[in-house]
Amino acid sequence: MARKLKLRIWRGDADNGGLQDVVVDANEGEVVLDVIHRVQATQMGDLAVRWNCKAGKCGSCSMEINGKPRLACMTQVAAYGDDETITVTPLRAFPVIKDLVTDVSFNYKKAMEIPAYEHPTELKPGEARMAQIDVERSQEFRKCIECFLCQDTCHVIRDHEENKKSFAGPRFFIRIAELDMHPLDRLRNRKRTAQEEHGLGMCNITKCCTEVCPEHIRITDNAIIPMKERVVDNKYDPIRWLGSKIRKREGME
Amino acid sequence: METGVFSQSRAAIKERTLRTDRWWLQPAITFGVLFSFVIYATFRAFENKYYFAEPLVSPFYSPCLSSSCIEGSSLLGQPFNNKYFGIGISPSLFILIFPLGFRMTCYYYRKAYYRAFWMSPPACAVAEPHSKYTGETRAPLILQNGHRWFFYAGLVFNVLLSIDAVLAFKNAEGEWGHMSVGTLVLLNNAVLLWLYSLSCHTCRHTLGGRLRHFSKHPVRYKLWSWVSVLNHKHPTFAWISLFGVAFADIYIRAVASGAWTNFYFF
Repeated sequence: MARKLKLRIWRGDADNGGLQDVVVDANEGEVVLDVIHRVQATQMGDLAVRWNCKAGKCGSCSMEINGKPRLACMTQVAAYGDDETITVTPLRAFPVIKDLVTDVSFNYKKAMEIPAYEHPTELKPGEARMAQIDVERSQEFRKCIECFLCQDTCHVIRDHEENKKSFAGPRFFIRIAELDMHPLDRLRNRKRTAQEEHGLGMCNITKCCTEVCPEHIRITDNAIIPMKERVVDNKYDPIRWLGSKIRKREGME
Repeated sequence: METGVFSQSRAAIKERTLRTDRWWLQPAITFGVLFSFVIYATFRAFENKYYFAEPLVSPFYSPCLSSSCIEGSSLLGQPFNNKYFGIGISPSLFILIFPLGFRMTCYYYRKAYYRAFWMSPPACAVAEPHSKYTGETRAPLILQNGHRWFFYAGLVFNVLLSIDAVLAFKNAEGEWGHMSVGTLVLLNNAVLLWLYSLSCHTCRHTLGGRLRHFSKHPVRYKLWSWVSVLNHKHPTFAWISLFGVAFADIYIRAVASGAWTNFYFF
């Protein structure tokens, strides 16, 4: 059964903009992206919204719904009360392009700054073998759909534009963790670069990235904190440091 | 120049947050509970009495290491004087830095107090009030990296407080084979502290998290797996063990001051 849904949609661009009220029909079982499309089709033909799969797997329709970073395609209209007005805005950590579309190129630049996996030179193609328990650990991180909701909610860059230069953000800490935990990756300085080049030390573990992740990746517990502990191994633990100097085996475990 | 969500390039929205839920409730509760604990712990640390009711020793004063400690309360002797530079020092002050440091640098408590006390941020997607932010990259917050040293010290305290719980199977005359409500209180305290420590992220890392090849270290992998299960509940253990310590102290204070009688089951 259709209901009249009150929406407030942010419309504008980098120069100016504001919230506009609209009332739209919403059918049972619909998600916020459905009603945004209906608004686009019936009332705001030039409303800009980025979307693709409508199945929570492409990470395109990231926006903020009632102030919370969410995927519009995974947010049920029924979760909101009949009298409630749903406010929809673009991601507030990134520059706005138009309406609900933001420029997330910051993330692609950060992705390029992280060195790729380096395969052992002594292994020929087809010779590499990994045990399932070693694979499982990083498979959690491979679930990332790059919706950048974690980047959007992270206060280090959301609230401090100037930190974008020196802080990669939670999405890329899981990438670094995945590679540093990879049994075959030859690059051994990821702990140092995570701290010194990608800003791991700026994270104060308030776990917002984990709270908003639509794939339920335990970003803080399984990637950021383990990486912080690995940095402590190398940098702030004199016993481990001494051991690594004597036995020359950083990261060889 | 405005920064953060009010930066010129971002969507022009004047509100710090558009969240409509009660996002302020959790940090407010955290602030209230932690602040109350800090006030109570400070009062008890300086009170310097009512911490021993044979055989029960308050966790705020165990191990009691000062020459002013009540006879029978010192598990490891009394290596410290009760006065330095003419100033009387409560025995609690010699030891509290260790459990306090463990909790202050704990990854969970960091989240809790960064949100509740420093509002950095107060809640997810709620703009923080600070104009600058450097995180844990410089003093004093870079000292958070010392968590593992406090973790090691915390394990020593757990052993000592577990011994206190075992000693609580004595009666007030020092005879073994008795059990009182105080015994249960100290046992509860010790168990909760072990759960809190073993579920800690540093423990998880030390036991197996630092490995790159789980498959080459099956025992450590198994230990890591078990601790990972506990780690899911770390915030819960952090809170209930805090209440456990406070409750144990309140109970022993009540018994030692004569306000309450320690009931013996046998």
